[in-house]
Amino acid sequence: MPTSIKNKLIVLLLLPGALIVIIPMWLVITGMFMDAAEAAQHFAPVLSSTSGWADWPVFPQYPTLEPLVSLLLDTPAFFVMFWNTVKIVVPVLVGQVAVGAPAAWALARYKFRGRQALYLLYIALMLMPFQVTMVPSYLTINRLGMMNTHWSIILPGIFSTFPVFIMVRFFGSIPEDTLESAALDGAGSIRVFFYIGLPLGAPGILSAVVLGFIEYWNTIEQPLIFLKDKSLWPLSLWLPSAGLETLGISLVASVIMLTPAILIFLFGQRYLEQGIHTAGLKE
Amino acid sequence: MTRKLTSIRRPKLQIRSNAIKAWLFLLPSLIGVAVFVLVPFLDTLRRAFMDAMATRFVGLANYFTIFASSSFKLAGLNTLKFIGICIPMLLIISLVLSLLLNELREKNAYFKTIFLFPMAVPIASIVLLWRVMFHQQGILSQVVLAFGGQPKDWMNSSAAFAVLVFSYLWKNVGYDTILWMSGLSGLNPSMYEAAQIDGAGKIKQFFFITLPNLMPTFFTITVISLLNSFKVFREAYLISGDYPHESIFMLQHLFNNWFAALDVEKMCAGASVLAALIFLVILVLKRSWEKEV
Repeated sequence: MPTSIKNKLIVLLLLPGALIVIIPMWLVITGMFMDAAEAAQHFAPVLSSTSGWADWPVFPQYPTLEPLVSLLLDTPAFFVMFWNTVKIVVPVLVGQVAVGAPAAWALARYKFRGRQALYLLYIALMLMPFQVTMVPSYLTINRLGMMNTHWSIILPGIFSTFPVFIMVRFFGSIPEDTLESAALDGAGSIRVFFYIGLPLGAPGILSAVVLGFIEYWNTIEQPLIFLKDKSLWPLSLWLPSAGLETLGISLVASVIMLTPAILIFLFGQRYLEQGIHTAGLKE
Repeated sequence: MTRKLTSIRRPKLQIRSNAIKAWLFLLPSLIGVAVFVLVPFLDTLRRAFMDAMATRFVGLANYFTIFASSSFKLAGLNTLKFIGICIPMLLIISLVLSLLLNELREKNAYFKTIFLFPMAVPIASIVLLWRVMFHQQGILSQVVLAFGGQPKDWMNSSAAFAVLVFSYLWKNVGYDTILWMSGLSGLNPSMYEAAQIDGAGKIKQFFFITLPNLMPTFFTITVISLLNSFKVFREAYLISGDYPHESIFMLQHLFNNWFAALDVEKMCAGASVLAALIFLVILVLKRSWEKEV
């Protein structure tokens, strides 16, 4: 089969899948131009159990920026929630790299007794759903006086073992020769880590940051348990509670919440695609 | 290989000092993981054998209670069923996609980006759309009606399970696909050349070269897919709240309800059963991974 025909067939096969992704995105994004009245008309059957059919217009009939303006000008609660999210996500990501990168470096590049076991323990702990340790975590957070503060989400987040798992793989793929020649040049362990490990492992670190961002931008379970004060809630909890009365602005808010995630993702996509094929601890 | 040789050449003292350095690199992480993850986890295991106030040892009583409870059986089976259906589906679909995209070569960039997109979409942003889609009077009902079917409240029927499977696949196919692709790009082309000379066809090459050499990738992807399968709880929770239809009543719903009711001892017993299963899965995966490489 000639390549051009084969390629066309493949594109044809992939197209339905691509549409399943694109259509919801299109609907969510164009939704931000819908004013409250039009939105209410479309969604009333779902949100307030009136009769008739609900639908989602392919494009708003009367596109307007009014919801955006009213969100930005008249909804201080939105800004509070937005900043709450930022105040949680940024420290978590900085901490995850500061703590996780050296740990991943040790697991990937040093031989020591218990390395395999420790690595498997990290993987197992990373897989435990939040609810498994919810009761003791609650007590720990309480004892440390962090209940009802953002620290209750930030500190456990920093010590998540997931970024370590991601970074180990990237650090492990740095060729041994590079490190040995640096060691022969007299570079100490710390220097090797900072001047060779970090730059060459940067795609792994950025991968972990992108995945961590997506995770904590969406945090649901922890704030639900640890933050009693609703003014501390992140956007991810506030948005879904939107009803008919806040419909107009919640459509815009959805897009505003989506935007940073998409930007970070577009920036980080190529790092996600790199180098995970090296099998971590195998040699 | 080279690493093994050099470690033999190194004097013993250096190995020991290297081990100390490794633990120093690990130290900040170890302390935090111990305080915020490991100790709470061990405490969960301990509480599984205690009464609700954790004052009296009760042996296996909590385990008998939860295994007799119909809601634990329901939630446990639903969770197992979800994982058992979703992960193989996700792995196969994404592997097929990655092979197709690989055939397209450079032209695949658009598709890769498109398939990855849902991963970045915050659940909260699409909750409303999902509701409009799957409500009794929503879009899916109208489509079904047009084809002569019965409209229904999809999230409040046994179809909720399928909706959840769909959301999971929608979200995760892209990432798994690029993981497979990076695994494929690491394969040595000379193996295929040799196979071609020996007269192996495309299909044979796939089963005897591609698949076996993808085993390390398989381990990574399975672990990540398992991790993400627990996160589908967020979708379920945001769309259906604390008491969803019984077909999507997952262990996390049950644990949340037990927590709210202060049934700490049941929660911890249930959590340790789940933890034991997770450990088991990891050990099995690790086995298959080591045997193949």
